[in-house]
Amino acid sequence: MLKSVWHYRHFILASIRGDLRGRFARSRLGAFWFILHPLAQALIFSIVLAEVMHARMPNIDSRAAYPIYLLSGMAAWGLFSEIMNRSIGIFIEQGSAMKKISFPKLCLPLIIWGSALINHVLLLAAIAVIFLFFGHYPGLAWLYLIPGMLLISVMAFGIGVFLGVLNVFVRDVAQFMTVFMQLWFWFTPIVYVKSVVPEKFRPLIELNPMTPLVNLYQDALLLNQAPSWPSLWPAVVIGGVAVVLSFVVFRRASPELVDAL
Amino acid sequence: MSVVLDISHVSKCYAAYRSNLQRFANWFGASIAPESEFWANRDISFQVKQGEALALIGQNGAGKSTLLKIITGTVRPTSGSVTVAGRISAILELGLGFNSEFTGRQNIYQAGGLMGFSQAELTELMPAIEDFAEIGEFFDQPTRVYSSGMQARLAFALATAKRPDVLIVDEVLSVGDSYFQHKSFDRIRQFKQEGTSIILVTHSLGDVRALCDRVILLDKGTVMKDGAPDEVVDYYNAMIAERENAKMTVEQKRNQNGWLNTRSGSFEVVIDSIMLLDAKTLDPVNTARVGQQLLLKLVAHSNQDIPRLVLGYMLRDRAGHVMWGTNTWHTKQVIENVTAGEKIEYDLPFTCTLGPGSYAFSPTLVSSDTHLENNYEWQDNALVFDVVNVDGTFFIGSSWLDAKFMISRQG
Repeated sequence: MLKSVWHYRHFILASIRGDLRGRFARSRLGAFWFILHPLAQALIFSIVLAEVMHARMPNIDSRAAYPIYLLSGMAAWGLFSEIMNRSIGIFIEQGSAMKKISFPKLCLPLIIWGSALINHVLLLAAIAVIFLFFGHYPGLAWLYLIPGMLLISVMAFGIGVFLGVLNVFVRDVAQFMTVFMQLWFWFTPIVYVKSVVPEKFRPLIELNPMTPLVNLYQDALLLNQAPSWPSLWPAVVIGGVAVVLSFVVFRRASPELVDAL
Repeated sequence: MSVVLDISHVSKCYAAYRSNLQRFANWFGASIAPESEFWANRDISFQVKQGEALALIGQNGAGKSTLLKIITGTVRPTSGSVTVAGRISAILELGLGFNSEFTGRQNIYQAGGLMGFSQAELTELMPAIEDFAEIGEFFDQPTRVYSSGMQARLAFALATAKRPDVLIVDEVLSVGDSYFQHKSFDRIRQFKQEGTSIILVTHSLGDVRALCDRVILLDKGTVMKDGAPDEVVDYYNAMIAERENAKMTVEQKRNQNGWLNTRSGSFEVVIDSIMLLDAKTLDPVNTARVGQQLLLKLVAHSNQDIPRLVLGYMLRDRAGHVMWGTNTWHTKQVIENVTAGEKIEYDLPFTCTLGPGSYAFSPTLVSSDTHLENNYEWQDNALVFDVVNVDGTFFIGSSWLDAKFMISRQG
């Protein structure tokens, strides 16, 4: 399976380019949208919540702290949700190609992965520029984002492909996940800081594997701090299990996959 | 010649489970029986040799398309195996999974990439693809504005851009206009000569006779007949008639000259004899001369009372092309209320305006203008005869025109 994917590597690379191009076909601002979207969202949140949250930002006393905190978290979450949401729908979306041409189907989520990563890096570059306006200079801690990206995307890829396969047979999966992802977003400290969470919800937030990953971004971008490595273990384990599980399910399901499309 | 494609005991079962949880459980080793099963293909085995053109025919739902998908590799067989020596290129259904927002050119890169071509190869092939598709400026417009014929052109141009070892074509050519169909068939023929094996699904039995060396008739997911085109196609025609009329039998035999005689029907009325005679002397004729006055005499008798009787004739050449055909329904000579035991004699005087070659009459006794309502008796190639050109001037072709050159020279 992996060998045939390797044979298609040039195609995957070309498709990532095509995917970036194709997503913005027929829109005026084209490629700017993928940066404008998260920025606009962050702007809305910071306008609405800046006053409320400002006082609660720990360790830092700057008007820019909250927007920076918000953008860092949103960037991390954006990468996670993009890979996840698109992987869930990809087999249905590309159903007509899968029915007509024989190719390793694993290419499809890999293309998403690659395209999302490139999007993400471009977004980070845009964020860096915005930070400069805030007078907040990027430090070496940005390098910690690399393992962060890796962990987030591995976890999203694993869960996404697993659910994407199930979604071919039970289409409710995608519907359910749109709701669930919103819930998940609000159970991750992105818009708010962990300290404002009532005591009874704390364990839930702590169990959430996205919490330490989003934290990693926030620490690195806002505080120029290294992540607390032990806190990342749950994400590593969950990501690893999800990838293995998705490969197993994908292998078992693939004879029936095209039948159900 | 070497075998390029080996299909061995292929079966495909579409299983429906009571709940998808049962299906998921089966992936992890449970063995829950599905609620219902549909076998689209059952134990199909055949081999295709290099340069062989094979047609799959059969009624809708016979499993042709599923089999093509299994050979292509998009659908996996439930059991059995498909072994291919070389590269397969397939055109299944319309388009090739084109993205409707992309232009024709971008789609070629995309779909071509899925087919395993590198971008560099596709760039190299692009002018030839554009040239073959002949869709002009549409090539750089999004495929959502394409007509179905244009999509078919693009798909065919891409799938045949590089000669594959096996080419699979599923009915798609029927949406193209006749110019493109012609062009596509020329390319298919050319590939075949260069050693590509062709597998074709079609409902046009004319294509089958024109292109294929071998035909497989699928019925209810199994191979019903596998053999030479005339044999299988005639059998298939008889089988379609049989579906309409359950009490029917089909017999086939091949005579010494290689013509295949297929006799089918419900036999309320049967053909006793069919003879070709010289119109003047009434001597039997095996070899007719161009321009000779002939008489085709058919004697039939009825075993039962039947309300209406129509006699139809079809005259075909060696390759199965129809030279002429009509019936007494079209000529408004339907016989009504035939009683049991009645003898009916049909005479058909005509002038032999055929070119030199071998021809056969296929008579059919039916109750209306088609053989689908009541097919009493139908004999493919019941009477075979040759035509020679002994006393006329030389000409080629299968019909003789009573034509003369009038030449005048001036100055």
